Amino acid sequence: MEQSTVTAAGPTPAERFDQLIAAGEKIEPRDWMPEAYRRTMIRQIAQHAHSEVIGQQPEGNWITRAPSLRRKAILVAKVQDEAGHGLYLYSACETLGISRDELNDLLHQGRQKYSSIFNYPTLSWADVGAIGWLVDGAAIANQVALTRTSYGPYARAMVRVCKEESFHQRQGFEIMMTLARGSEAQREMAQDALNRWWWPSLAMLGPPDEQSTHTEQSMQWGIKVETNDEIRQKFVDQTVPQAQFLGLAVPDPALAWNEERGHWDFGEIDWDAFWEVVRGNGPCNRERLAHKVKAWEDGAWVREAALAHAAKQEGRGLAATA
Amino acid sequence: MTDRATTTSAPTVGGYPLWEVFVRAKRGLNHVHAGSVHAPDADTALQHARDVYTRRAEGVSLWVVPSAAIVASDPDGRDDWFGDSKPYRHPTFYTIPDEVGHL
Repeated sequence: MEQSTVTAAGPTPAERFDQLIAAGEKIEPRDWMPEAYRRTMIRQIAQHAHSEVIGQQPEGNWITRAPSLRRKAILVAKVQDEAGHGLYLYSACETLGISRDELNDLLHQGRQKYSSIFNYPTLSWADVGAIGWLVDGAAIANQVALTRTSYGPYARAMVRVCKEESFHQRQGFEIMMTLARGSEAQREMAQDALNRWWWPSLAMLGPPDEQSTHTEQSMQWGIKVETNDEIRQKFVDQTVPQAQFLGLAVPDPALAWNEERGHWDFGEIDWDAFWEVVRGNGPCNRERLAHKVKAWEDGAWVREAALAHAAKQEGRGLAATA
Repeated sequence: MTDRATTTSAPTVGGYPLWEVFVRAKRGLNHVHAGSVHAPDADTALQHARDVYTRRAEGVSLWVVPSAAIVASDPDGRDDWFGDSKPYRHPTFYTIPDEVGHL
């Protein structure tokens, strides 16, 4: 610890916070933290949790139509993982002093967002493969960086999530591989899915650094450890050779290996289209949220019954010990 | 709990209280805090803990504890509480000649 900043009375909470961040130590729930740090952390973890939960819908859409029992069992397990990831993240978010009821309300009222990527439809079985390969691939690139984030419970949730995401990406790639090596119609289905998911997967990593309103402060606080553009480049570099292996064409005429940079150059992302989806005008925004709200409301009687049962059991327990 | 911003209130979801989950990864190890779940009663909390935190054989035993039941130390009192002002408690405090060998 920096002795120079320690007064006779010890560091102030704000000094202590800055020292922890500077030392690369984690911030834990009951530590003093700037209100803006708490707000940023709640916003980011909540958005991440909501994304996992809403993210069950596009893939859940194909559970009943999976092409084999093997694929169906895998998809059910994957969608269950997404629910689990949402719960790890809500658990982390609640340590910041916000309740799950509040988080649900904020999502249901559209006052907190989830990732724009889940507002696109899953039109064919190949989309399930493309989501695992590309969307989960992009998510892994982001989440691996976040295992080093400064808020302890968030970092720990990311470690848990990353361990499980690898299965998601590999099962997606396997679907793409099977289709790419299948009939002409199957190959076309795979290419069509890549065409539709490529650009949204790049955009989901967030606006370019010069337009990202949160990046600078978030880097300072160790919330973000890599910028959106750095993560995006990493994702492109990893994914292009995989597309080449599949024999599928990445839908970007500007894509070219840059020997000097040692990275793939890629074309301009259509940010206007991205912001349209973020603003609520994507193909599935209304449907996704309406489905989530309906599931919550339809489940109200179950929650009431479970509470009534718990109260009754507790009453019996008290009567037995009386 | 140790991992919560406030210990006075028991946060709920649709009326369900919060439970802290502890997982023993394998025999011979302590239960370690893994996260939390909301559930109406202890049995359901255990079931949810299993579904959320041990989908891939991550544990051989689970504890669930009502979050409101955990009493935590004051995070600001750490220097008084966790200070290390008695160096003579550590073996390295004592200088033993090399000739003595391992001690």
